[in-house]
Amino acid sequence: MAIVRPLGQALPSTAAEVAAGEAVLEVEDLTLRLGGTTAVSDVGFHVERGELFCLIGPNGAGKTSVFNCLSGFYRPQQGRITFLGESLVGQRPDRIAERGVARTFQNIELFENLTVLDNLMLGRHRHLPYGVLAGILHAGAARRIELDNRRKVEDIIDFLEIEAHRKFPVGMLPYGVKKRVELGRALAMEPKLLLLDEPVAGMNVEETEDMARFILDIRAELGVTIILVEHDMGVVMDLADRVMVLDFGRRIALGTPAQIQRDPRVIAAYLGDGDAGEVGPPRADDGGEVRP
Amino acid sequence: MEELIASVVRGLGIGSTYALIAVGFVIVYRATDVVNFAHPALMILGAYYTSWFTFTVGLPFVLAVPAAMVSVAVLAALCERIAMRPMVGEPPFAAAMVTVGVFFVLFVLAFRLIGTTVITMGDPWGLERVTVLGVRLFQVDLAKTVIALVAIGAVAAFLKRSRIGLAMRATALDQEVAMAQGVKVGRVFGLSWAIAGATAGLAGMLIGTAAGGVEPVTALVALKALPVIILGGLDSVEGTVPAGIAIGIAESLTRTYQPAYAPWLGANVDVVVPYLIMILVLMVRPYGIFGTRQVQRI
Repeated sequence: MAIVRPLGQALPSTAAEVAAGEAVLEVEDLTLRLGGTTAVSDVGFHVERGELFCLIGPNGAGKTSVFNCLSGFYRPQQGRITFLGESLVGQRPDRIAERGVARTFQNIELFENLTVLDNLMLGRHRHLPYGVLAGILHAGAARRIELDNRRKVEDIIDFLEIEAHRKFPVGMLPYGVKKRVELGRALAMEPKLLLLDEPVAGMNVEETEDMARFILDIRAELGVTIILVEHDMGVVMDLADRVMVLDFGRRIALGTPAQIQRDPRVIAAYLGDGDAGEVGPPRADDGGEVRP
Repeated sequence: MEELIASVVRGLGIGSTYALIAVGFVIVYRATDVVNFAHPALMILGAYYTSWFTFTVGLPFVLAVPAAMVSVAVLAALCERIAMRPMVGEPPFAAAMVTVGVFFVLFVLAFRLIGTTVITMGDPWGLERVTVLGVRLFQVDLAKTVIALVAIGAVAAFLKRSRIGLAMRATALDQEVAMAQGVKVGRVFGLSWAIAGATAGLAGMLIGTAAGGVEPVTALVALKALPVIILGGLDSVEGTVPAGIAIGIAESLTRTYQPAYAPWLGANVDVVVPYLIMILVLMVRPYGIFGTRQVQRI
């Protein structure tokens, strides 16, 4: 058995690059209309350095739409997204990735015909500075950089305990392993902000616990700021520093897990309002906010 | 015996040229998931530019060839930028249809430039023969083999070494996810067309040297690359070499021996042989000998 290097030694901590107390991400008045529906309506929040911020809400609440705005796949009609002092609105996805925003997808989006190793090496793309000519001419330097990157990828593979699958095409792997590979690819980017879209969806209890442990370790060792979209309330309440609840594209609550669990609007959003009088009081105002 | 060796060497020459043409198809397919039907026209323009740089500009042959390659590479990159870039994110079938349109535009351009005449390349080997180990061979066959294989080797090494190679495979599999990894999809597409254009330019020169010369309809020769990529695998640069050589030698041997041994098959059977091989391979191994088998987990 190889000795597994702690992740903190394998990858540089990203916390040092962000000044303490500075917000990593600030979102203001975000509005996204897709066709006739308003997927995200006037949503604002900020995420602090090293924070584990959770985004929850019923199906269709706009959680993934917010992610797609952050990573550049959707262009919001209104609002500002500021990441470490720079605006992300209107930027192409590859530019946003280069700035250090990595993400995973709700329905795993790996390159199925490529091996686990190649998928993770693609995550290193922005760290491979040599381009067309350098690839041919400076074979020595390019090779050294390649080896260095390969080492980091191997460390990530060790950390996620997927050594056995390194050379397999991803398409052949079971679901739970694919989820880890996708997390590994995002980690390989050395992100300053990690967006995880339902990392434990469809997993059994054991797999869920493993994934939760990985997420906590990543934050502890690398200090990465993480935004998590998740339906598994157990995971959300255990992991999150703060939780934002969306319903029909609007922010209905923002606070610590304990505050969120008691919030009548949240309960109403999840269990229905009005007739279900015994569960909680009816929603007074759809656009209302509960401040932590 | 001498007839056999000469015939095999001729097969090597044309086979390596087919392989070089096939590499152009493979590169664009690997990056964009699209079979580039404009490729034959790029090849013909490569022959035209080689001829133009040699006879009109007056460059020596060794400079005219790289100049022609660069010209076709630039032209190919322009085609990509103008016609193909708007197709990013569209289904590959639609994009492939656009390449058919690009083919006709370039083909008309080739007719304009070349006219109804047959152009020659001013090649240094012509119909010279050399004697190797007692066998008299056409110099052109050896030149074609060496030039084509060196060019393919250079392309393969580049794709393996640089980060672009992996990025190309990623963009072909999923453009949006590749973008999320920081891959500049547009640049990868443009580069793949430029590399394909350069190889097409070189292949056009090889097709037109020695006997024959080139006229616009010579573009159809480039379709011989289709059996090569089917045999070698649509996404395999290395696979084009053995596949191209196998097709070339099969064609050459048929041309030498079929009239004597199977005259009842009629004339010009050698032209059909590559396509017969293609049909056989499609029946047995649809992903080619070296291609990637589709991974599927149910």
